[in-house]
Amino acid sequence: MDKLNSGDTAWMLISAAIVLFMTPGLAFFYGGMVRAKNVLGMIMQNFFVIGMITLVWSVLGFSLAFGDGNGFWGGFHFFALQNLTSGDGAIPYVVFVAFQMMFAIITPALITGSIADRMKFSAFAVFITLWSLFVYSPIAHWVWAANGWLFKRGAMDFAGGTVVHANAGIAAIVLALVLGKRAGWPNGDFRPHNVPFVLLGTGILWVGWFGFNAGSALAANKLAGFALLNTQIATGVAILGWLAVEKIRDGKATTLGAASGAVAGLVAITPACGFVSPMGSVAVGGIAGAVCALATSIKGKVGIDDSLDVGAVHLVGGVLGALLTGLFATVDTNSAGKDGVFYGGPWSVFGEQALAVGATLGYSAVVTLIIALLIKYTIGLRLSDEDQITGMDEALHGETAYRYTSIGGGGSLSPSLTPVKVPEEAQA
Amino acid sequence: MTKLVTAVIKPFKVDDVKTALEKLGVHGLTISEVQGYGRQKGHTEVYRGAEYKVDFVPKIKIEVVVADEAADDLVAAITSAAQTGKIGDGKVWVVPVESVVRVRTGERGTDAL
Repeated sequence: MDKLNSGDTAWMLISAAIVLFMTPGLAFFYGGMVRAKNVLGMIMQNFFVIGMITLVWSVLGFSLAFGDGNGFWGGFHFFALQNLTSGDGAIPYVVFVAFQMMFAIITPALITGSIADRMKFSAFAVFITLWSLFVYSPIAHWVWAANGWLFKRGAMDFAGGTVVHANAGIAAIVLALVLGKRAGWPNGDFRPHNVPFVLLGTGILWVGWFGFNAGSALAANKLAGFALLNTQIATGVAILGWLAVEKIRDGKATTLGAASGAVAGLVAITPACGFVSPMGSVAVGGIAGAVCALATSIKGKVGIDDSLDVGAVHLVGGVLGALLTGLFATVDTNSAGKDGVFYGGPWSVFGEQALAVGATLGYSAVVTLIIALLIKYTIGLRLSDEDQITGMDEALHGETAYRYTSIGGGGSLSPSLTPVKVPEEAQA
Repeated sequence: MTKLVTAVIKPFKVDDVKTALEKLGVHGLTISEVQGYGRQKGHTEVYRGAEYKVDFVPKIKIEVVVADEAADDLVAAITSAAQTGKIGDGKVWVVPVESVVRVRTGERGTDAL
Protein backbone atom coordinates (compact mmCIF):
# COMPACT_ATOMS: atom_id res chain seq x y z
CA MET A 1 0.00 0.00 0.00
CA ASP A 2 2.99 2.37 0.09
CA LYS A 3 2.34 3.29 -3.55
CA LEU A 4 -1.06 4.77 -2.59
CA ASN A 5 -1.59 8.34 -3.83
CA SER A 6 -4.07 10.14 -1.61
CA GLY A 7 -4.78 12.88 -4.19
CA ASP A 8 -5.71 10.33 -6.84
CA THR A 9 -7.72 8.33 -4.35
CA ALA A 10 -9.66 11.38 -3.18
CA TRP A 11 -10.57 12.31 -6.74
CA MET A 12 -11.68 8.78 -7.56
CA LEU A 13 -13.86 8.60 -4.44
CA ILE A 14 -15.55 11.87 -5.43
CA SER A 15 -15.88 10.71 -9.04
CA ALA A 16 -17.56 7.48 -7.96
CA ALA A 17 -20.04 9.43 -5.85
CA ILE A 18 -21.02 11.92 -8.56
CA VAL A 19 -21.24 9.22 -11.24
CA LEU A 20 -23.79 7.45 -9.04
CA PHE A 21 -25.78 10.72 -8.92
CA MET A 22 -26.12 10.57 -12.72
CA THR A 23 -28.70 7.78 -12.49
CA PRO A 24 -31.20 9.73 -10.33
CA GLY A 25 -30.45 12.61 -12.72
CA LEU A 26 -31.34 10.36 -15.64
CA ALA A 27 -34.53 9.39 -13.81
CA PHE A 28 -35.61 13.05 -13.84
CA PHE A 29 -34.33 13.62 -17.38
CA TYR A 30 -36.52 10.77 -18.61
CA GLY A 31 -39.27 11.20 -15.99
CA GLY A 32 -40.04 14.72 -17.19
CA MET A 33 -40.45 13.50 -20.76
CA VAL A 34 -43.11 10.86 -20.07
CA ARG A 35 -46.77 11.54 -19.34
CA ALA A 36 -47.72 12.43 -15.76
CA LYS A 37 -49.28 9.01 -15.11
CA ASN A 38 -45.97 7.24 -15.83
CA VAL A 39 -43.44 9.46 -14.08
CA LEU A 40 -43.08 7.24 -11.00
CA GLY A 41 -42.87 4.14 -13.19
CA MET A 42 -39.94 5.71 -15.03
CA ILE A 43 -38.17 6.94 -11.90
CA MET A 44 -38.76 3.56 -10.26
CA GLN A 45 -37.06 1.70 -13.11
CA ASN A 46 -33.97 3.85 -12.67
CA PHE A 47 -33.85 3.48 -8.88
CA PHE A 48 -34.46 -0.25 -9.22
CA VAL A 49 -31.45 -0.47 -11.53
CA ILE A 50 -29.34 1.14 -8.79
CA GLY A 51 -30.45 -1.51 -6.33
CA MET A 52 -30.22 -4.54 -8.59
CA ILE A 53 -26.97 -3.76 -10.39
CA THR A 54 -25.23 -2.86 -7.12
CA LEU A 55 -25.86 -6.45 -6.06
CA VAL A 56 -25.21 -8.06 -9.43
CA TRP A 57 -21.94 -6.16 -9.92
CA SER A 58 -20.68 -7.00 -6.43
CA VAL A 59 -21.36 -10.71 -6.71
CA LEU A 60 -20.43 -11.45 -10.31
CA GLY A 61 -20.45 -8.53 -12.74
CA PHE A 62 -17.12 -6.99 -11.73
CA SER A 63 -15.34 -10.31 -12.00
CA LEU A 64 -16.75 -10.99 -15.46
CA ALA A 65 -15.66 -7.54 -16.60
CA PHE A 66 -12.28 -7.02 -14.96
CA GLY A 67 -10.94 -10.46 -14.03
CA ASP A 68 -7.98 -11.70 -16.11
CA GLY A 69 -9.93 -14.47 -17.82
CA ASN A 70 -9.20 -14.33 -21.54
CA GLY A 71 -9.78 -11.79 -24.33
CA PHE A 72 -13.53 -12.17 -24.19
CA TRP A 73 -14.51 -12.35 -20.50
CA GLY A 74 -12.98 -11.94 -17.08
CA GLY A 75 -13.81 -15.25 -15.41
CA PHE A 76 -14.45 -15.77 -11.71
CA HIS A 77 -11.21 -14.58 -10.08
CA PHE A 78 -13.00 -11.66 -8.39
CA PHE A 79 -16.24 -13.59 -7.71
CA ALA A 80 -18.02 -12.04 -4.69
CA LEU A 81 -15.27 -9.41 -4.66
CA GLN A 82 -12.56 -11.77 -3.46
CA ASN A 83 -8.82 -11.24 -4.14
CA LEU A 84 -9.17 -7.48 -4.58
CA THR A 85 -5.96 -6.48 -2.79
CA SER A 86 -3.95 -7.85 -5.71
CA GLY A 87 -5.02 -4.79 -7.69
CA ASP A 88 -3.96 -2.08 -5.22
CA GLY A 89 -1.82 0.68 -6.68
CA ALA A 90 -1.98 4.48 -6.66
CA ILE A 91 -5.66 4.01 -5.85
CA PRO A 92 -6.93 1.07 -3.79
CA TYR A 93 -8.63 -1.50 -6.02
CA VAL A 94 -11.83 -1.26 -3.98
CA VAL A 95 -12.13 2.35 -5.15
CA PHE A 96 -11.83 1.19 -8.76
CA VAL A 97 -14.51 -1.45 -8.12
CA ALA A 98 -16.85 1.21 -6.73
CA PHE A 99 -16.13 3.67 -9.56
CA GLN A 100 -16.81 1.02 -12.19
CA MET A 101 -19.96 -0.07 -10.35
CA MET A 102 -21.52 3.33 -11.04
CA PHE A 103 -20.85 2.86 -14.78
CA ALA A 104 -22.43 -0.59 -14.64
CA ILE A 105 -25.49 1.02 -13.03
CA ILE A 106 -26.10 3.87 -15.43
CA THR A 107 -25.60 1.83 -18.60
CA PRO A 108 -28.72 -0.38 -18.32
CA ALA A 109 -30.57 2.63 -16.85
CA LEU A 110 -30.08 4.41 -20.19
CA ILE A 111 -32.24 1.74 -21.84
CA THR A 112 -35.31 2.81 -19.83
CA GLY A 113 -35.78 5.74 -22.20
CA SER A 114 -36.76 3.61 -25.19
CA ILE A 115 -39.22 1.35 -23.36
CA ALA A 116 -41.16 4.05 -21.52
CA ASP A 117 -44.69 3.43 -20.25
CA ARG A 118 -45.19 -0.17 -21.39
CA MET A 119 -42.90 -2.79 -19.80
CA LYS A 120 -43.86 -5.18 -17.03
CA PHE A 121 -41.86 -4.54 -13.88
CA SER A 122 -40.94 -8.21 -13.40
CA ALA A 123 -39.76 -8.42 -17.01
CA PHE A 124 -37.68 -5.27 -16.52
CA ALA A 125 -36.03 -6.70 -13.40
CA VAL A 126 -35.06 -9.91 -15.17
CA PHE A 127 -33.94 -8.08 -18.30
CA ILE A 128 -31.48 -5.69 -16.65
CA THR A 129 -29.97 -8.50 -14.56
CA LEU A 130 -29.29 -10.74 -17.55
CA TRP A 131 -28.26 -7.81 -19.73
CA SER A 132 -25.72 -6.55 -17.19
CA LEU A 133 -24.10 -9.99 -16.88
CA PHE A 134 -24.22 -11.14 -20.50
CA VAL A 135 -23.88 -7.86 -22.42
CA TYR A 136 -22.36 -5.10 -20.28
CA SER A 137 -19.69 -7.08 -18.41
CA PRO A 138 -18.25 -8.83 -21.49
CA ILE A 139 -18.10 -5.62 -23.58
CA ALA A 140 -16.51 -3.71 -20.67
CA HIS A 141 -13.92 -6.51 -20.56
CA TRP A 142 -13.22 -6.33 -24.29
CA VAL A 143 -12.59 -2.59 -24.30
CA TRP A 144 -11.22 -1.75 -20.84
CA ALA A 145 -9.61 -4.84 -19.27
CA ALA A 146 -5.84 -5.20 -19.80
CA ASN A 147 -6.27 -8.38 -21.84
CA GLY A 148 -9.57 -7.51 -23.54
CA TRP A 149 -9.32 -8.20 -27.27
CA LEU A 150 -10.35 -4.70 -28.40
CA PHE A 151 -8.13 -3.04 -25.77
CA LYS A 152 -5.15 -5.01 -27.07
CA ARG A 153 -5.92 -3.98 -30.64
CA GLY A 154 -5.68 -0.35 -29.49
CA ALA A 155 -9.29 0.87 -29.68
CA MET A 156 -9.62 4.26 -27.99
CA ASP A 157 -12.65 4.61 -25.70
CA PHE A 158 -11.70 6.90 -22.86
CA ALA A 159 -14.87 6.78 -20.75
CA GLY A 160 -17.34 4.53 -22.55
CA GLY A 161 -18.62 5.78 -25.90
CA THR A 162 -18.88 2.22 -27.16
CA VAL A 163 -19.11 0.27 -23.89
CA VAL A 164 -21.78 2.51 -22.36
CA HIS A 165 -23.54 4.59 -25.00
CA ALA A 166 -23.42 2.71 -28.30
CA ASN A 167 -24.01 -0.50 -26.36
CA ALA A 168 -27.03 0.77 -24.38
CA GLY A 169 -28.28 2.65 -27.45
CA ILE A 170 -28.51 -0.39 -29.72
CA ALA A 171 -29.92 -2.51 -26.89
CA ALA A 172 -32.60 0.13 -26.33
CA ILE A 173 -33.62 -0.02 -29.99
CA VAL A 174 -33.74 -3.83 -30.04
CA LEU A 175 -35.76 -4.02 -26.82
CA ALA A 176 -38.20 -1.33 -28.01
CA LEU A 177 -38.67 -3.30 -31.22
CA VAL A 178 -39.47 -6.58 -29.42
CA LEU A 179 -41.63 -4.79 -26.85
CA GLY A 180 -43.75 -2.98 -29.45
CA LYS A 181 -45.15 0.54 -29.48
CA ARG A 182 -46.82 2.34 -26.61
CA ALA A 183 -50.61 1.99 -26.80
CA GLY A 184 -51.76 4.83 -29.07
CA TRP A 185 -48.34 5.79 -30.46
CA PRO A 186 -47.72 7.82 -32.61
CA ASN A 187 -51.12 9.50 -32.93
CA GLY A 188 -51.94 10.30 -29.30
CA ASP A 189 -50.70 13.08 -27.05
CA PHE A 190 -47.23 12.04 -25.93
CA ARG A 191 -45.97 15.49 -24.97
CA PRO A 192 -43.54 15.66 -22.02
CA HIS A 193 -45.41 16.39 -18.78
CA ASN A 194 -42.64 18.32 -17.01
CA VAL A 195 -39.92 19.93 -19.12
CA PRO A 196 -38.28 21.62 -16.08
CA PHE A 197 -37.61 18.10 -14.69
CA VAL A 198 -35.80 17.31 -17.95
CA LEU A 199 -33.50 20.31 -17.51
CA LEU A 200 -32.98 19.56 -13.82
CA GLY A 201 -31.96 16.02 -14.73
CA THR A 202 -29.64 17.37 -17.43
CA GLY A 203 -27.87 19.55 -14.86
CA ILE A 204 -27.35 16.57 -12.57
CA LEU A 205 -26.11 14.44 -15.46
CA TRP A 206 -23.72 17.15 -16.63
CA VAL A 207 -22.00 17.53 -13.25
CA GLY A 208 -21.89 13.77 -12.72
CA TRP A 209 -20.37 13.39 -16.18
CA PHE A 210 -17.25 15.25 -15.03
CA GLY A 211 -16.71 12.31 -12.69
CA PHE A 212 -17.56 9.87 -15.47
CA ASN A 213 -15.13 11.39 -18.00
CA ALA A 214 -12.40 13.05 -15.94
CA GLY A 215 -12.57 10.22 -13.40
CA SER A 216 -11.74 7.82 -16.23
CA ALA A 217 -8.18 9.18 -16.09
CA LEU A 218 -8.07 7.14 -12.84
CA ALA A 219 -5.85 9.86 -11.39
CA ALA A 220 -5.99 13.54 -10.41
CA ASN A 221 -3.64 14.70 -13.15
CA LYS A 222 -3.35 16.74 -16.35
CA LEU A 223 -5.16 14.11 -18.41
CA ALA A 224 -8.14 14.36 -16.05
CA GLY A 225 -7.98 18.11 -16.56
CA PHE A 226 -8.08 17.70 -20.35
CA ALA A 227 -11.02 15.31 -20.04
CA LEU A 228 -12.97 17.75 -17.86
CA LEU A 229 -12.25 20.76 -20.07
CA ASN A 230 -13.06 18.84 -23.27
CA THR A 231 -16.30 17.58 -21.73
CA GLN A 232 -17.39 21.11 -20.91
CA ILE A 233 -16.47 22.49 -24.35
CA ALA A 234 -18.19 19.75 -26.35
CA THR A 235 -21.34 19.91 -24.23
CA GLY A 236 -21.69 23.66 -24.51
CA VAL A 237 -21.17 23.62 -28.27
CA ALA A 238 -23.57 20.67 -28.69
CA ILE A 239 -26.37 22.78 -27.16
CA LEU A 240 -25.72 25.36 -29.89
CA GLY A 241 -25.71 22.67 -32.60
CA TRP A 242 -29.03 21.13 -31.50
CA LEU A 243 -30.72 24.53 -31.12
CA ALA A 244 -29.51 25.66 -34.56
CA VAL A 245 -31.18 22.62 -36.13
CA GLU A 246 -34.42 23.32 -34.25
CA LYS A 247 -34.44 27.00 -35.19
CA ILE A 248 -33.97 26.19 -38.86
CA ARG A 249 -36.18 23.07 -39.03
CA ASP A 250 -38.96 23.83 -36.54
CA GLY A 251 -38.88 27.63 -36.31
CA LYS A 252 -38.27 27.78 -32.57
CA ALA A 253 -35.41 26.78 -30.29
CA THR A 254 -36.75 24.81 -27.32
CA THR A 255 -35.63 24.15 -23.75
CA LEU A 256 -36.08 20.42 -24.37
CA GLY A 257 -33.71 20.88 -27.30
CA ALA A 258 -31.13 22.61 -25.10
CA ALA A 259 -31.26 19.72 -22.63
CA SER A 260 -31.10 17.14 -25.43
CA GLY A 261 -28.18 18.90 -27.09
CA ALA A 262 -26.24 18.92 -23.82
CA VAL A 263 -26.71 15.19 -23.36
CA ALA A 264 -25.82 14.49 -26.99
CA GLY A 265 -22.58 16.44 -26.50
CA LEU A 266 -21.81 14.63 -23.25
CA VAL A 267 -22.33 11.28 -24.96
CA ALA A 268 -20.19 12.09 -28.00
CA ILE A 269 -17.24 13.49 -26.02
CA THR A 270 -17.25 10.48 -23.67
CA PRO A 271 -14.94 8.26 -25.77
CA ALA A 272 -12.97 11.26 -27.06
CA CYS A 273 -12.41 13.43 -23.97
CA GLY A 274 -9.06 11.91 -23.01
CA PHE A 275 -7.66 11.85 -26.55
CA VAL A 276 -8.71 15.01 -28.41
CA SER A 277 -7.73 18.68 -28.10
CA PRO A 278 -10.06 21.41 -26.81
CA MET A 279 -10.65 22.60 -30.39
CA GLY A 280 -11.27 19.01 -31.43
CA SER A 281 -13.95 19.03 -28.73
CA VAL A 282 -15.62 22.01 -30.37
CA ALA A 283 -15.94 19.93 -33.54
CA VAL A 284 -17.12 16.79 -31.73
CA GLY A 285 -19.74 18.74 -29.76
CA GLY A 286 -21.02 20.77 -32.70
CA ILE A 287 -21.33 17.76 -34.98
CA ALA A 288 -22.98 15.63 -32.29
CA GLY A 289 -25.51 18.33 -31.34
CA ALA A 290 -26.64 18.84 -34.92
CA VAL A 291 -26.55 15.21 -36.09
CA CYS A 292 -28.38 13.86 -33.00
CA ALA A 293 -31.08 16.53 -33.42
CA LEU A 294 -31.58 15.42 -37.03
CA ALA A 295 -31.55 11.75 -35.97
CA THR A 296 -34.68 12.17 -33.84
CA SER A 297 -36.76 11.98 -37.03
CA ILE A 298 -35.55 8.45 -37.85
CA LYS A 299 -37.79 6.59 -35.38
CA GLY A 300 -40.99 7.93 -36.94
CA LYS A 301 -39.82 6.88 -40.42
CA VAL A 302 -38.91 3.33 -39.39
CA GLY A 303 -41.87 2.98 -37.03
CA ILE A 304 -39.93 2.02 -33.87
CA ASP A 305 -41.28 3.66 -30.72
CA ASP A 306 -37.92 4.62 -29.23
CA SER A 307 -39.94 6.72 -26.83
CA LEU A 308 -37.35 9.17 -25.51
CA ASP A 309 -34.81 8.97 -28.34
CA VAL A 310 -32.16 6.74 -26.78
CA GLY A 311 -31.20 5.79 -30.34
CA ALA A 312 -30.83 9.35 -31.60
CA VAL A 313 -28.90 10.52 -28.54
CA HIS A 314 -26.92 7.56 -27.16
CA LEU A 315 -26.55 5.25 -30.15
CA VAL A 316 -25.89 7.97 -32.74
CA GLY A 317 -23.95 10.12 -30.25
CA GLY A 318 -21.87 7.22 -28.96
CA VAL A 319 -21.01 5.93 -32.44
CA LEU A 320 -20.19 9.45 -33.66
CA GLY A 321 -17.96 10.08 -30.66
CA ALA A 322 -16.08 6.82 -31.11
CA LEU A 323 -15.53 7.41 -34.83
CA LEU A 324 -14.61 11.08 -34.43
CA THR A 325 -12.02 10.03 -31.83
CA GLY A 326 -10.29 8.19 -34.68
CA LEU A 327 -10.14 11.47 -36.60
CA PHE A 328 -9.44 14.05 -33.88
CA ALA A 329 -7.23 12.15 -31.38
CA THR A 330 -3.83 13.68 -30.73
CA VAL A 331 -0.88 12.53 -28.67
CA ASP A 332 -0.50 16.14 -27.49
CA THR A 333 -3.46 15.43 -25.20
CA ASN A 334 -2.66 11.84 -24.32
CA SER A 335 0.77 10.38 -25.01
CA ALA A 336 -0.64 6.90 -24.37
CA GLY A 337 -3.18 7.45 -27.17
CA LYS A 338 -2.65 7.76 -30.90
CA ASP A 339 -2.78 10.49 -33.52
CA GLY A 340 -6.07 10.43 -35.40
CA VAL A 341 -6.39 10.81 -39.16
CA PHE A 342 -6.57 14.64 -38.97
CA TYR A 343 -3.33 14.72 -36.97
CA GLY A 344 -1.30 12.65 -39.38
CA GLY A 345 -2.36 9.22 -38.12
CA PRO A 346 -3.06 6.39 -40.56
CA TRP A 347 -6.61 5.38 -41.52
CA SER A 348 -6.06 2.16 -39.59
CA VAL A 349 -6.60 4.22 -36.40
CA PHE A 350 -10.08 5.08 -37.68
CA GLY A 351 -10.51 1.45 -38.75
CA GLU A 352 -9.85 0.21 -35.21
CA GLN A 353 -12.48 2.62 -33.89
CA ALA A 354 -14.98 1.37 -36.48
CA LEU A 355 -14.16 -2.24 -35.57
CA ALA A 356 -14.77 -1.58 -31.87
CA VAL A 357 -18.10 0.08 -32.70
CA GLY A 358 -19.13 -2.70 -35.06
CA ALA A 359 -18.23 -5.51 -32.65
CA THR A 360 -20.05 -3.77 -29.78
CA LEU A 361 -23.19 -3.10 -31.82
CA GLY A 362 -23.30 -6.59 -33.29
CA TYR A 363 -22.76 -8.43 -30.01
CA SER A 364 -25.09 -6.18 -28.02
CA ALA A 365 -27.89 -6.38 -30.60
CA VAL A 366 -27.78 -10.18 -30.85
CA VAL A 367 -27.55 -10.95 -27.13
CA THR A 368 -30.14 -8.28 -26.26
CA LEU A 369 -32.50 -9.84 -28.81
CA ILE A 370 -32.01 -13.30 -27.29
CA ILE A 371 -32.69 -12.03 -23.75
CA ALA A 372 -35.73 -10.03 -24.87
CA LEU A 373 -37.27 -12.97 -26.75
CA LEU A 374 -36.56 -15.31 -23.85
CA ILE A 375 -38.52 -13.06 -21.50
CA LYS A 376 -41.25 -12.37 -24.04
CA TYR A 377 -42.06 -16.07 -24.44
CA THR A 378 -41.77 -16.96 -20.73
CA ILE A 379 -43.04 -14.33 -18.28
CA GLY A 380 -44.01 -11.77 -20.96
CA LEU A 381 -42.59 -8.29 -21.58
CA ARG A 382 -45.51 -6.02 -22.16
CA LEU A 383 -48.08 -4.31 -19.98
CA SER A 384 -51.71 -4.76 -21.07
CA ASP A 385 -53.28 -1.85 -22.94
CA GLU A 386 -55.57 -1.36 -19.97
CA ASP A 387 -52.62 -0.93 -17.59
CA GLN A 388 -50.92 1.39 -20.07
CA ILE A 389 -54.03 3.58 -20.23
CA THR A 390 -54.28 3.61 -16.43
CA GLY A 391 -50.57 4.45 -16.27
CA MET A 392 -47.64 2.68 -14.65
CA ASP A 393 -47.80 4.70 -11.43
CA GLU A 394 -51.17 3.33 -10.42
CA ALA A 395 -51.14 -0.01 -12.25
CA LEU A 396 -47.64 -1.12 -11.19
CA HIS A 397 -46.86 0.77 -8.02
CA GLY A 398 -50.22 1.83 -6.53
CA GLU A 399 -49.11 5.45 -6.25
CA THR A 400 -49.92 8.89 -7.65
CA ALA A 401 -47.12 11.34 -8.43
CA TYR A 402 -49.02 14.59 -8.22
CA ARG A 403 -51.98 15.57 -6.07
CA TYR A 404 -52.63 19.22 -6.79
CA THR A 405 -56.33 18.93 -6.02
CA SER A 406 -58.00 18.12 -2.74
CA ILE A 407 -60.61 15.99 -4.47
CA GLY A 408 -59.80 12.36 -3.84
CA GLY A 409 -58.09 12.95 -0.52
CA GLY A 410 -55.50 15.16 1.10
CA GLY A 411 -57.55 18.35 1.44
CA SER A 412 -61.02 19.48 2.39
CA LEU A 413 -62.56 16.14 1.45
CA SER A 414 -59.95 14.08 3.25
CA PRO A 415 -61.36 11.55 5.68
CA SER A 416 -58.56 12.58 8.08
CA LEU A 417 -60.42 15.86 8.69
CA THR A 418 -63.17 13.99 10.44
CA PRO A 419 -62.22 13.59 14.12
CA VAL A 420 -60.06 10.55 14.65
CA LYS A 421 -61.35 8.27 17.37
CA VAL A 422 -58.76 8.05 20.10
CA PRO A 423 -58.54 4.60 21.68
CA GLU A 424 -59.84 4.60 25.24
CA GLU A 425 -56.59 3.28 26.69
CA ALA A 426 -54.75 6.28 25.27
CA GLN A 427 -57.17 8.69 26.93
CA ALA A 428 -56.63 7.22 30.37
CA MET B 1 -87.19 35.01 -10.58
CA THR B 2 -83.51 34.62 -11.35
CA LYS B 3 -81.27 33.85 -14.27
CA LEU B 4 -77.86 32.21 -14.65
CA VAL B 5 -75.42 34.18 -16.77
CA THR B 6 -72.50 32.10 -18.01
CA ALA B 7 -69.54 33.63 -19.82
CA VAL B 8 -66.49 31.94 -21.32
CA ILE B 9 -63.78 34.55 -21.81
CA LYS B 10 -60.06 35.07 -22.34
CA PRO B 11 -58.18 34.44 -19.07
CA PHE B 12 -56.44 37.83 -18.97
CA LYS B 13 -59.85 39.59 -19.06
CA VAL B 14 -61.06 38.16 -15.74
CA ASP B 15 -60.11 41.18 -13.63
CA ASP B 16 -61.74 43.64 -16.07
CA VAL B 17 -64.97 41.65 -16.02
CA LYS B 18 -64.93 41.38 -12.23
CA THR B 19 -64.48 45.14 -11.88
CA ALA B 20 -67.33 45.81 -14.33
CA LEU B 21 -69.66 43.47 -12.42
CA GLU B 22 -68.77 45.05 -9.07
CA LYS B 23 -69.86 48.42 -10.51
CA LEU B 24 -73.26 46.85 -11.30
CA GLY B 25 -73.58 45.72 -7.68
CA VAL B 26 -73.04 42.03 -8.30
CA HIS B 27 -72.17 40.51 -4.92
CA GLY B 28 -70.62 37.25 -5.98
CA LEU B 29 -69.54 35.09 -8.88
CA THR B 30 -67.89 31.73 -9.52
CA ILE B 31 -65.03 31.18 -11.96
CA SER B 32 -63.36 28.05 -13.23
CA GLU B 33 -60.46 27.30 -15.52
CA VAL B 34 -61.77 25.53 -18.60
CA GLN B 35 -60.48 24.51 -22.02
CA GLY B 36 -62.26 24.57 -25.32
CA TYR B 37 -62.28 25.92 -28.83
CA GLY B 38 -64.53 27.80 -31.19
CA ARG B 39 -63.40 29.62 -34.30
CA GLN B 40 -60.06 30.32 -32.62
CA LYS B 41 -57.85 27.35 -33.37
CA GLY B 42 -55.30 26.01 -30.88
CA HIS B 43 -51.54 26.16 -31.24
CA THR B 44 -48.72 23.85 -32.26
CA GLU B 45 -45.99 22.51 -29.97
CA VAL B 46 -42.86 20.76 -31.25
CA TYR B 47 -40.86 18.36 -29.07
CA ARG B 48 -37.66 17.02 -30.65
CA GLY B 49 -39.18 17.55 -34.06
CA ALA B 50 -42.48 15.80 -33.23
CA GLU B 51 -45.37 18.18 -33.84
CA TYR B 52 -48.45 18.22 -31.58
CA LYS B 53 -51.61 20.19 -32.44
CA VAL B 54 -53.02 21.52 -29.19
CA ASP B 55 -56.69 22.13 -30.08
CA PHE B 56 -58.08 23.21 -26.74
CA VAL B 57 -57.37 26.78 -25.68
CA PRO B 58 -57.39 27.78 -21.99
CA LYS B 59 -60.41 29.95 -21.07
CA ILE B 60 -62.11 31.17 -17.92
CA LYS B 61 -65.76 30.38 -17.28
CA ILE B 62 -67.69 32.89 -15.14
CA GLU B 63 -71.06 32.01 -13.63
CA VAL B 64 -73.35 34.57 -11.98
CA VAL B 65 -76.94 34.17 -10.78
CA VAL B 66 -78.90 37.46 -10.96
CA ALA B 67 -82.44 38.78 -10.81
CA ASP B 68 -84.27 38.54 -14.17
CA GLU B 69 -84.28 42.28 -14.80
CA ALA B 70 -80.53 42.64 -14.16
CA ALA B 71 -79.49 40.02 -16.71
CA ASP B 72 -79.40 42.24 -19.80
CA ASP B 73 -77.19 44.85 -18.16
CA LEU B 74 -74.91 42.13 -16.89
CA VAL B 75 -74.50 40.58 -20.35
CA ALA B 76 -73.72 44.01 -21.80
CA ALA B 77 -71.16 44.72 -19.07
CA ILE B 78 -69.40 41.38 -19.54
CA THR B 79 -69.40 41.78 -23.31
CA SER B 80 -67.81 45.21 -23.25
CA ALA B 81 -65.29 44.32 -20.52
CA ALA B 82 -64.13 41.08 -22.14
CA GLN B 83 -64.02 42.35 -25.71
CA THR B 84 -60.72 42.68 -27.59
CA GLY B 85 -62.24 42.48 -31.08
CA LYS B 86 -59.97 39.56 -31.96
CA ILE B 87 -61.01 36.00 -32.60
CA GLY B 88 -61.35 33.93 -29.40
CA ASP B 89 -63.07 36.53 -27.19
CA GLY B 90 -65.62 33.94 -26.05
CA LYS B 91 -69.38 33.65 -25.48
CA VAL B 92 -72.01 34.75 -22.99
CA TRP B 93 -75.34 32.98 -22.50
CA VAL B 94 -78.32 33.24 -20.17
CA VAL B 95 -80.63 30.51 -18.87
CA PRO B 96 -83.54 30.67 -16.40
CA VAL B 97 -82.94 29.32 -12.90
CA GLU B 98 -85.67 27.31 -11.19
CA SER B 99 -84.65 28.03 -7.63
CA VAL B 100 -81.77 29.45 -5.57
CA VAL B 101 -81.11 28.88 -1.86
CA ARG B 102 -78.60 30.65 0.40
CA VAL B 103 -77.12 27.77 2.38
CA ARG B 104 -76.42 29.83 5.52
CA THR B 105 -79.97 31.13 6.05
CA GLY B 106 -82.23 29.07 3.85
CA GLU B 107 -83.46 32.24 2.04
CA ARG B 108 -84.82 31.62 -1.44
CA GLY B 109 -85.08 33.41 -4.79
CA THR B 110 -83.67 36.96 -5.17
CA ASP B 111 -83.26 37.17 -1.38
CA ALA B 112 -80.62 34.49 -1.69
CA LEU B 113 -78.46 36.55 -4.08
